Amino acid sequence: MSDRATEMPTPPALPTPTTVPEAVSPTRQTWQMFYQNRAAMLGLCILLVIIITSIVGPLLYTVPPREMVWMPLTPPGQSEYLLGTDYLGRDLLAGLINGGRVTITIGFAAAVLTVLIGVTIGALAGFFGGWVDTTLMKVTEFFQVLPNLLFAMVVVMLFSPTLTNIAIAIGIVSWTATARLTRAEFLRIREMDYVKAERSIGAGNSRLIWKVILPNAAPPLIIVAALSIGSAILFEAGLSFLGLSDPNAMSWGRMVGDNRPYILDSVWGVTIPGLAIFLTVLAISLVGDGLNDAINPKLRQR
Amino acid sequence: MVKSAPVVKSILRKIASILLLLLAVLVLNFVLIYAAPGDPVEALVGEMGGATPELIAELRATYGLDRPLWQQIGVYLGNVVQGDLGHSLYYDQPVTTLIASRIGPTLLLITTALFSAIIVGTILGVFSAQRRNSTLSHFVTVLSLAGFSAPVFWIGIMLILLLSVSFPIFPISGMTSSDGTTSTLGYAMDVAHHLVLPALTLGLIYLAFYSRLARTSMIEVLEADYIRTARAKGLSRRSVVYKHALRNAILPIVTFAGLQFGQVISGAVLVETVFAWPGLGTLAFDSILRRDTPTLLGILFFSSLMVVVMNLLTDLLYRRIDPRIKTS
Repeated sequence: MSDRATEMPTPPALPTPTTVPEAVSPTRQTWQMFYQNRAAMLGLCILLVIIITSIVGPLLYTVPPREMVWMPLTPPGQSEYLLGTDYLGRDLLAGLINGGRVTITIGFAAAVLTVLIGVTIGALAGFFGGWVDTTLMKVTEFFQVLPNLLFAMVVVMLFSPTLTNIAIAIGIVSWTATARLTRAEFLRIREMDYVKAERSIGAGNSRLIWKVILPNAAPPLIIVAALSIGSAILFEAGLSFLGLSDPNAMSWGRMVGDNRPYILDSVWGVTIPGLAIFLTVLAISLVGDGLNDAINPKLRQR
Repeated sequence: MVKSAPVVKSILRKIASILLLLLAVLVLNFVLIYAAPGDPVEALVGEMGGATPELIAELRATYGLDRPLWQQIGVYLGNVVQGDLGHSLYYDQPVTTLIASRIGPTLLLITTALFSAIIVGTILGVFSAQRRNSTLSHFVTVLSLAGFSAPVFWIGIMLILLLSVSFPIFPISGMTSSDGTTSTLGYAMDVAHHLVLPALTLGLIYLAFYSRLARTSMIEVLEADYIRTARAKGLSRRSVVYKHALRNAILPIVTFAGLQFGQVISGAVLVETVFAWPGLGTLAFDSILRRDTPTLLGILFFSSLMVVVMNLLTDLLYRRIDPRIKTS
């Protein structure tokens, strides 16, 4: 335990040393740092607005997103449909609101899968070492070599583009970075004294992995998990831009792909959904960077 | 000469592991087709408008589908070793021929984009690392954030709208204009003109990445003890930065260039689709539209091959730059 105490950064001298400073837990310190990060808070606000819109939006704004409702290629602001219509006369705003639901759901589902696979493989490799490590790292290397988008394209095409299949395909190709990071953390932490202490009082392997080491490896993994939602959203956008999206669901990438042949007639049809993807992923990146700064204060100046 | 033996040995080991990886890609390809719903013979029969059970059995025998799985894999691998990646149903051509005709444009696009991104990114990163609160430094931060967050196909469309439609400086799509310029120089200029926007689109994403990587890496190196020593010796700032620091800061960039190559190919698929660039990416997009599985799988295999070759090359380059690795 003394090792950890010396690693703690010494607190800066407080201007009013008359009263004893209140003890602040590291977790609270982290959150305070996060709240003070303006960019991260901005990202969080944007993200909340987008998430709330895609949950509540379809209930309040009930224009069907996949039906012709008005003259095709109507520019924004020239009809009762605020953002205008696309080449099939479908309401862009309705597409945006309903597509957000699909995009964000797939993003989350794929990110959860990414983290599950990555953490499991990384944890087993880092904890057991030896041939388990060698084998699992070979598998990781294999998935790193495979061009991820092309492989996901093959999987989605062969197994029909349902929302579940798309999320699974993204999860399967995206976990390698998480696995490497988890492995590195496990390699570092398993040599710590408190892990040895747990082992000496008879803790089994599964307790050591999930209850002892994993919680201590959590901070960097949280950041990677947050950022992988952004990557998954971009990935889904790419797939559906290429036409590999669920035919029964609207998504932002698909809106860009559908409207691409008509960019000369309808600039807004590709600009607006693309902007939605950009803003969402940007907000996630800002939150992820904010978490990173808050968890690793040493890196802040970079 | 004495030292070269372990180097050769480690390169041979590397090549062996590459072959193993490629074998794994092929097996995976095969398993995917095998596991996927839908039977190629049934699809064929469907197109013919029905057939007798005898004919179906005959077709299965022709394609070797009646043999056990391990034999089928064996036949498939044997074919690939002989350079046969299958037959494209849509183009009615061997997949190898199709891929060969598309490699050139893709390699041109990828290398232009990647090299520009690495060179410009390193320059931006190195300068911004020396002045951490300058405008340039903030620009690198914003650029890397935007580059990570924007969908690459959307950047491409926005660039088309800006630089081909609003200000018609560059062509909207394709690799050449069809006005039949005959001179080689004219042809090269024409291709270069068409190359600007796709390469810029693909390059911007990686510029964002490499400028941040170079910046972080340079900041780390500049704080190292040997840099302090170099400064203490009284060397000029220029000599410290460019002779001592840059050489070390560049190592992670080389590593990532190799690791990221698979993602660059993925990016190229999207960019080629946006700009109708006649490379492997558009071929992949077209084979999705036409459900041309052999072609798509061939592209997947060939791209994996490009990635491992690229990894090997960066590995060799790394050995040249970082003498510490040479013997280990």
